[in-house]
Amino acid sequence: MVVQSVLSATINYKLLKVFEFSRYNMQDRIKYWKGIEELENTPEFAKHAHNEFPEFLPLNESKSEGSSSGASVTNTKRRDFLKLLGFSVAAVSLASCEAPVRKAIPYLNKPVDLEPGVANWYASTYYSQGDYSSILIKTREGRPIKIEPNPTSTLTPLGTSPKTQASVLGVYDNNRLRTPLIKGKEAEWEQVDSQITSALNSVNGKVAFVSTTIISPSTKKLINEFGGRFGNFEHVVYDPYSVSALLNANGGVVPGYDFSKANIIVGINADFLGAWIASTPIAKQYIQNRKVSSDNREMSRHYQFETRLSMTGANADVRVPIRPSQEATFVAALYNSITGQGSNAPEGIDKKAFDAAVRDLRANRGRVLVVSGSNNPAVQTLVTAINQTLGAEGTTIDPASPYYVKQGNDAQMIRLIEEMNAGTVGAVFFYNANPAYDHPLAARVASGLKKVGLKVSFAERVDETAALVDFVTPDNNYLESWNDHEPKRGYLSLTQPALSPIFMTRQMQDSLLAWSGSNTTYYDYLRNNWRPLATGDFNTFWEQSVHDGVLENGASLLAVNTAVINPMSVGAALSAASSSSATSGVEAVIYEKSQIGPGNDINNPWLQETPDPISKATWGNYIAMPRSMAESDELKVVQGDIVRVTLANGTALELPALIQPGQASGTIAIALGYGRDLESMPVAKGLGANAYPLITVSDNALIYSVPVKIEKTDANSPIAQTQTHHTVMDRIVVQENTLAKYKEDPKDVTEYVRIATHDGPAKPATISMWDDYEYKDHHWGMVIDLNSCIGCGACTVSCNIENNIPVVGKAEVLNRREMHWMRIDRYYSSVEHKEGEYSKMEDPADNPAVIFQPMLCQHCNHAPCETVCPVAATMHSSEGINQMAYNRCVGTRYCANNCPYKVRRFNWFAYFDNEKFATQNYMMNSDLGQMVLNPDVVVRARGVMEKCSFCVQRVQLGKLEAKRERRRPKDGEIITACAQSCPTEAIIFGDMLDPESRISKVLVKEQGERAFHVLEEINTQPNVTYLTKIRNLA
Amino acid sequence: MISCILKTKHNIFFAFLLSFIVSFGAFAQGASEQAEVATRGVEPGATEGASEAGAAADPAVLDAGEALFKNNCAACHSAGSDVVVGPGLQGVTERHDEAWLLRWIKNSQSLVQSGDAEAVAVYNEYNKQAMPSFAFSDDEVKSILAFIESGQGVAQAPAAGPEGAVAGENVGQDAVGAVGGYLDIILVVLIIVLIVLVVTLLLISSVLKNYLNKNRQLDAYDAEIVNQRFDLSKIYKSKAVRTLVVLIFVVVLLDLSLDKVMGVGIQQGYQPRQPIAFSHKIHAGDNQINCNYCHTTVYKSRSASIPSANICMNCHSQIKTESPEIQKIYRAVERNRPIEWVRIHNLPDLAYFNHSQHTQVGGIECQTCHGPIQEMDVVYQYSPLTMGWCINCHRETPLNTEGNAYYDNLVKLHEASSKGAFTVASNGGTECSKCHY
Repeated sequence: MVVQSVLSATINYKLLKVFEFSRYNMQDRIKYWKGIEELENTPEFAKHAHNEFPEFLPLNESKSEGSSSGASVTNTKRRDFLKLLGFSVAAVSLASCEAPVRKAIPYLNKPVDLEPGVANWYASTYYSQGDYSSILIKTREGRPIKIEPNPTSTLTPLGTSPKTQASVLGVYDNNRLRTPLIKGKEAEWEQVDSQITSALNSVNGKVAFVSTTIISPSTKKLINEFGGRFGNFEHVVYDPYSVSALLNANGGVVPGYDFSKANIIVGINADFLGAWIASTPIAKQYIQNRKVSSDNREMSRHYQFETRLSMTGANADVRVPIRPSQEATFVAALYNSITGQGSNAPEGIDKKAFDAAVRDLRANRGRVLVVSGSNNPAVQTLVTAINQTLGAEGTTIDPASPYYVKQGNDAQMIRLIEEMNAGTVGAVFFYNANPAYDHPLAARVASGLKKVGLKVSFAERVDETAALVDFVTPDNNYLESWNDHEPKRGYLSLTQPALSPIFMTRQMQDSLLAWSGSNTTYYDYLRNNWRPLATGDFNTFWEQSVHDGVLENGASLLAVNTAVINPMSVGAALSAASSSSATSGVEAVIYEKSQIGPGNDINNPWLQETPDPISKATWGNYIAMPRSMAESDELKVVQGDIVRVTLANGTALELPALIQPGQASGTIAIALGYGRDLESMPVAKGLGANAYPLITVSDNALIYSVPVKIEKTDANSPIAQTQTHHTVMDRIVVQENTLAKYKEDPKDVTEYVRIATHDGPAKPATISMWDDYEYKDHHWGMVIDLNSCIGCGACTVSCNIENNIPVVGKAEVLNRREMHWMRIDRYYSSVEHKEGEYSKMEDPADNPAVIFQPMLCQHCNHAPCETVCPVAATMHSSEGINQMAYNRCVGTRYCANNCPYKVRRFNWFAYFDNEKFATQNYMMNSDLGQMVLNPDVVVRARGVMEKCSFCVQRVQLGKLEAKRERRRPKDGEIITACAQSCPTEAIIFGDMLDPESRISKVLVKEQGERAFHVLEEINTQPNVTYLTKIRNLA
Repeated sequence: MISCILKTKHNIFFAFLLSFIVSFGAFAQGASEQAEVATRGVEPGATEGASEAGAAADPAVLDAGEALFKNNCAACHSAGSDVVVGPGLQGVTERHDEAWLLRWIKNSQSLVQSGDAEAVAVYNEYNKQAMPSFAFSDDEVKSILAFIESGQGVAQAPAAGPEGAVAGENVGQDAVGAVGGYLDIILVVLIIVLIVLVVTLLLISSVLKNYLNKNRQLDAYDAEIVNQRFDLSKIYKSKAVRTLVVLIFVVVLLDLSLDKVMGVGIQQGYQPRQPIAFSHKIHAGDNQINCNYCHTTVYKSRSASIPSANICMNCHSQIKTESPEIQKIYRAVERNRPIEWVRIHNLPDLAYFNHSQHTQVGGIECQTCHGPIQEMDVVYQYSPLTMGWCINCHRETPLNTEGNAYYDNLVKLHEASSKGAFTVASNGGTECSKCHY
């Protein structure tokens, strides 16, 4: 009787209510929801929620995209059928005649350290627009195929950002330039060199070198030497997403934040885990004192005051929505309260939270950190003053080791643009810089460029700026380059090439050397620059440094311009901040998506298809607005309705609306990077709109929030969101509790389902119809700490790359057919009061709490999918892995229907070798793109199921290596792609049979405390265990 | 007279019986011999003969030495006394002292350049062919030396190399050949005996019929039986016979077509023409070059790798330089265009196969899957390479667990729970994800 009800629970959750829960530990039940439609349970949502596969969607799209994938299924006529029949008979008989002749082509002269079939690893460094990671590049037969973190580095030993992961594709982008261009025409390097050299010799006026932040000491030195021979030379540095005010308030550098030392963290519109500055090193520090165990029950408390719901805000313990115009008064009030000059929360800000923050800050002097992402000099001056007052310097801020990842100077760039327009600039070089797109004064850049004599861009493709210059001298991809980096003072690292340049490109530094008339290569220049660092024999030192990828002995090479222009006094800042008045109209904030950044990697389909951590939207930007605004009488929009945003100066853009819970009322948020219309970026072409013109320039500073007018248009455009795809219905799948409770009793924070039996409540696993498997050799398992997961999505990208998962494009995401084996479920939660009438008290969508849950195949020991497959294509291995044999699968999709975790994916199309996906999925559809595919994992055909395999190719290889060396595998040697790339070590993978492994120790420790299985009551006995999230509520 | 005839018939019958028993016995013997050879070939025999020779040294050190030797040295050196590229290493520890060997192996060129007389002598003796330097630790070098000293490499070489396989194959073929000749003679004798028997029986029957018709008064009933005529048309018209014939025809047809269909995509016996008439028989058979010398990654990688032209040039820069086939290699090098061999063994993408798993870990001989490669002038696909063929081997082959700490506990667990052999399959070797991912 009991057993029956357990089984039927897989069909309908309502039956669970007959079970006796062991405890009701919360007065008010927390309700979890993934989107507004789920919260409201709209009829449409309810209808779709019951279908694993949206059968209501047309299989042959005719409206969204013109091309079709073959004969129509529904309109097949008898004659067509006969034709098809005839063709297939002919095809089969032809195919059976003779197998095609395949060639095996060995090397002519095999490189010494390269063995076909064996991966080589090279230590290197990724840096782009503030995002820094020390990495290992995995190459196979000389092709880079995967990027992993470099464990030797102390800054980023754990994982990488999603952008770093996806950057491996950049080198195989067909739209990179293959030769240099002279006035848009392909040219030879000799021509380019002679023309540029002669132009430089007769240059008239200022020579400007424009770049985004450069953290390479040798490159900077080289640029200055290159400029040295001109009378009037300036190296202009700007950042598309500027932190100029922060730099100015801190002596020209980003302070050496150390989040791991902070007990109290207050973030003010600072997305420090997302896209602000050096997110990967910061995420590692941040999570260090947020990991709890019964031995260490302390964790930091994180307050976040912000306008849009950022990934950082989603991780905060206390999050308070504020309007951008309240930011200055808020910081002023905070400063006053800290220094004891009055303690009133500014109007319109949650007083309880404000007071709690002030109390905590004052109580934890020396162990606090206040950070602000504002570009308002007054705000940053006050934040610096607050940190100084609270004694952060020396503990949570290391003054000896600031970050160098952003050095942009707004005023300098604006001045150059004016000079260009005035016609006083004789030559300009653009390196990693695209101001004709990513600067608010892009139009002035374009007009100014017309008056410059010599214009050179080092862009890898014809971007907006490169289209306006005379010479495009394409730089190598970073995987083809030598370089050095210093992201933080005293932390040096090297970039080494993993392959020779694919195209006729040349590294920027080598171009500069050539134009200076020097015969040395940049490699020699770099070595010479490092020579003073060597202790002992330089060659040994150099080999070791290249091998390690990092040099962290405190040596520093980078020279940073620390000249501060007109530093603001605290008093002036205070009066400026206090006097700013809140605007009453709609305010827009312009932000960077953590996976897209300022838009320089926009042509990367992996990044486009990775859902935004919060909105779960893919392929494009949108206007995020709170529900109150969407439903207001003036606007009345539903999601996907196109809204026009107009600035006071008439600049306007149109984008679809996205209803974003947690967005501060009366504000909207728009992401940068989109609205590209260039042939050189086909992946991004036509997606979203360009938000750079919305950034305002005031007082030589870029301001990322602006009052706007919004109005509804008649059009609409759907947003490809994944948030309610693969929903798990109303079941309890995530668990959380408070730190207070955890301190009291760690055994009382997780709800365990018990089933009523004659002998009293029993664990679901003890009542089973099935025999258990016996594991002798290994039993692979995974532990995911919900407390450590920040939701960044690096695991998702890493999984895509490792397992050759196709990108399906916007149209197919809209059809709910994304192929990600691993997703991060983002649940909003709000407390559902006992009466169930929260609607009267407050809107749960105003400021919901957020919890992230990485979801992948749970590798159930009693897997529901295995029992329903009619052809036994999915089955259990003797090591606990739920296997999937693609070539046995006939595509009934029963398994997916029976999977309670919704982690199985069906190949609706052949995504490879398919015209229709040629743009978005170019890594499977072009010769060059295919180079990035993992040769150890098969590319799946149409009509088969696929899912997470626990990276069985890595498991097999790890075991083989151990067997070859005649030993047992060591713990940590075999690790899945997701676990390896996680920047916060939220995922632990290992052998649960090995008592010494990390996973076994964690499981032993957390059993009965934080460890739980998702949907334990249906007795699937997963091999993936989650650890309850603990919130340090104020 | 009748008795006399009967008696002869008896004799013939006995002779027939006797010959049948004898031939069957011989055949059975041949079969069992073959089976024995087969299992011996499949079994990982590499470690067997070795243990006696190097009894003194620590087996772990020897194992390590063996692995290092195979992967790094065997390409150019034999463990015996024969010269491959460099000298045979038998007795090398007596020829040179250990300190010198350590320096030489780690970086021979620096030793030569330092003007060491011994080093220069060796360098000049072997055509100034530089030995690459190896980043070994002292212990690693010592383990290699210990391995060479133990003589295991010499004892083993025949088993590991093609020579052993030649011997094994010959044993099998000789046995089959001998038994086969014998069988032919028996068969011919049997056929003759049978023909004689049939003729005799027909004679007897006709003699008896004549006798009865002539000498006895038969009633109508008996006469009918005696003079019964064999009517073919009756058989032809019989429904049962017709059905049977049709049935047999259909079954044979089905069987044939099924066989044909199942054979689609199986390229067993595929023997394409290669761009260069390279003979494995000359290289692996006659000259006994170790497979590992050219297929350098066979112990390290999933791919055995087809040798690059520079490996050919190791020898052919001096040997047979005039041959038109070898000229093709020179041309490839000159034109900087790799040689495009025709791939013979084509595994579908969906199946993952790793050579090192089978060679290094499993101790399987190359010939087990690739057949008598050392006798092939032109290589053909010896095995069907079907999934059934893979699985079958996984079911039957015992794991090579000896001396491999990975398996120690597994062997214990297996012995405690089962009496059968610890085969690949019993360690999960037939699960989907072992080959399909």
